[in-house]
Amino acid sequence: AEVDETLKRIQAHKGVIATMIINAEGIPIRTTLDNSTTVQYAGLLCQLTTKARSTVRDIDPQNDLTFLRIRSKKHEVMVAPDKEYLLVVIQNPCE
Amino acid sequence: ELKEEFTRVLTANNPHAPQNIVRYSFKERAYKPIGYVDQTAIHFSLNGNLILKDSDEGRRQSVKSAVSEKPSLASSAVISEETEIKDEEGTEDTQAEGEEEAEEAGTAEEAEAEEAEEPPPPKVKEQKLANQFNFIERASKTLNNPLRERACQSEPTPCKNFSATANQWEIYDAYMEELQKMEKSKEKEKPKAQIAKKEEKKKGRKLTSLESQSDDITKISKAAKIMERMVNQNIFDDIAQDFKYFEDASDEYRNQKGTLLPLWKFQYDKTKRLAVTAISWNPKYKDLFAVGYGSYDFMKQSHGMLLLYTMKNPSFPEYVFSSESGIMCLDIHNDHPYLVAVGFYDGNVAIYNLKKATSQPSYKSSAKSGKHTDPVWQVKWQKDDMDNNLNFFSVSSDGRIVSWTLVKNELVHTDVIKLSAEGTTMQGPEGLQLQTLGCGTSFDFHKKIDYLFLVGTEEGKIYKCSKCYSSQFLDVFEAHHMAVDSVSWNPYHLKVFISCSSDWTVKIWDHTIKTPMFIYDLHSAVGDVAWSPYSSTVFAAVTTDGKAHVFDLSINKYEALCTQIVVAKKKNKITHIQFNPVYPVVIIGDERGHITCLKLSPNLRKMPK
Repeated sequence: AEVDETLKRIQAHKGVIATMIINAEGIPIRTTLDNSTTVQYAGLLCQLTTKARSTVRDIDPQNDLTFLRIRSKKHEVMVAPDKEYLLVVIQNPCE
Repeated sequence: ELKEEFTRVLTANNPHAPQNIVRYSFKERAYKPIGYVDQTAIHFSLNGNLILKDSDEGRRQSVKSAVSEKPSLASSAVISEETEIKDEEGTEDTQAEGEEEAEEAGTAEEAEAEEAEEPPPPKVKEQKLANQFNFIERASKTLNNPLRERACQSEPTPCKNFSATANQWEIYDAYMEELQKMEKSKEKEKPKAQIAKKEEKKKGRKLTSLESQSDDITKISKAAKIMERMVNQNIFDDIAQDFKYFEDASDEYRNQKGTLLPLWKFQYDKTKRLAVTAISWNPKYKDLFAVGYGSYDFMKQSHGMLLLYTMKNPSFPEYVFSSESGIMCLDIHNDHPYLVAVGFYDGNVAIYNLKKATSQPSYKSSAKSGKHTDPVWQVKWQKDDMDNNLNFFSVSSDGRIVSWTLVKNELVHTDVIKLSAEGTTMQGPEGLQLQTLGCGTSFDFHKKIDYLFLVGTEEGKIYKCSKCYSSQFLDVFEAHHMAVDSVSWNPYHLKVFISCSSDWTVKIWDHTIKTPMFIYDLHSAVGDVAWSPYSSTVFAAVTTDGKAHVFDLSINKYEALCTQIVVAKKKNKITHIQFNPVYPVVIIGDERGHITCLKLSPNLRKMPK
């Protein structure tokens, strides 16, 4: 499908280390990383996204979280939350 | 020193008594020092047995002692009368002196007292002392019924642990749900809606069951789109930063000249062999633009493509449409930014609807419905006609300007004007007068005066026409020696328009004056010219030698402010240029299917005063 192509393109971009799709329960559906790391990322990011969304909506209930970016020393973790899924991409920003 | 006298004072103070006793006073709720401290020092104390004679206890004891003496005296006197009793009492007296002296003595005293009363001196009756240690209690206990326990336990109410956080948004969500439920219940009241609802529900159920079966990744499409844009932003971070914030500071030293800073380059695999034939910005989404691909080469005609890119995602187009014939021109409707009108090389026109997912046009003209016989060079949307139907105009090399109206899902055409070349009526066979038609290559409608428009032709003439007159032109301008590639009204000066041509010139006209106001020779065939949306004196032109020229008439009337090679390869010609209505950015398309996005430096962006 189109979505498949989009995901393939994202994966093929410069600097992208890994891509993951996690469902609402924190179970990874698709991943390009090894299992243990993926499960770890899934659990932690799920909680963080919920917390972030709760923060945003608490301040203004009509608002909602669209994107979450965590920039660290080594790379950047980008989380795109959806109603039921979480799309996570780890990229090495070229600097 | 020895003679010093030390006085010693003898005081009555007790040296051992404390001098600073402090007691808590509840009245004042504070600790208060006691002023006077008892100074008595007790050296020796002994509890003695002496009782005061006149006190109660003393009197009692003295009476007892007096009475106990009397029986010994009275007994001798009354022995003869009451020997038995006395003996008992006497023995009792002697026996129980130590222990029950008081009581027996009391009874003896009483007896003696009664007897003594008979003889003279009456005596006070002694009260019988109640001995508290000799108390006799008499109690009885009732029968206790044996107790029996009978209990009944009911089932414990089912308990459930529930925990949640009461956030603002949870409260809000709950309210929204309530609202929706209320609205639904209102709808249910209407009988018609009920039937429709049932159908919807069935469909809805089917859909949900299908969706839940497969682990659908299509739901993540939205998130994937955002993610792709973010990834792109990271990759092209410096370009994005430049786009937003970079202002060329060296412009101050350049003497009014400016530069174009290259930003993104858009390309797509399938369009590598196609030339960019048309570019248009979307009026609603300022970062979205449409590109038409086709071929200018008469010999090599292949398929065409319509791509829509957004500046947020430079690596992949948002929408892709392919067609059999090369696209020559396109226009996006102002009010309906999802409708794109396209003109093809084979003379057809079509309307693509971006909202629909198909890659085929929604409406297409055909040979029956009056398509052009030559390539359509330009299309332009018009305001909706009186029946609220969408309509657009197209101009083509077959000399016809046609108005297409979308009536009941079909394209209906009406010839507006036939471009007859002047003075070329020929005498054909059988006395017919044939008129050779000029070939229209571009046109532009006036911004304010709706019916007024300009048409540029292949012969180099520009006709000023009106929608009302179908056979006559309002005016003719002998503009160029070769085909007019583009005409465009100035967005601010309503009388001024610009035209460019393959005869290497760009000319600026006032439509009331026959001769051009300005002529610019650009040393190479000019592909396209465009006015800037922010200033009435700035325009840009692109030439086939790969250069882009930007002019500002208010600063320099004779020279370009910026002449820059945009496309590196020699074989590449630039075909079109468009200004972004909001951002200081231009996009330039070339023959290889690339689109380059350039930022205008500040010198080129000066607003007229």
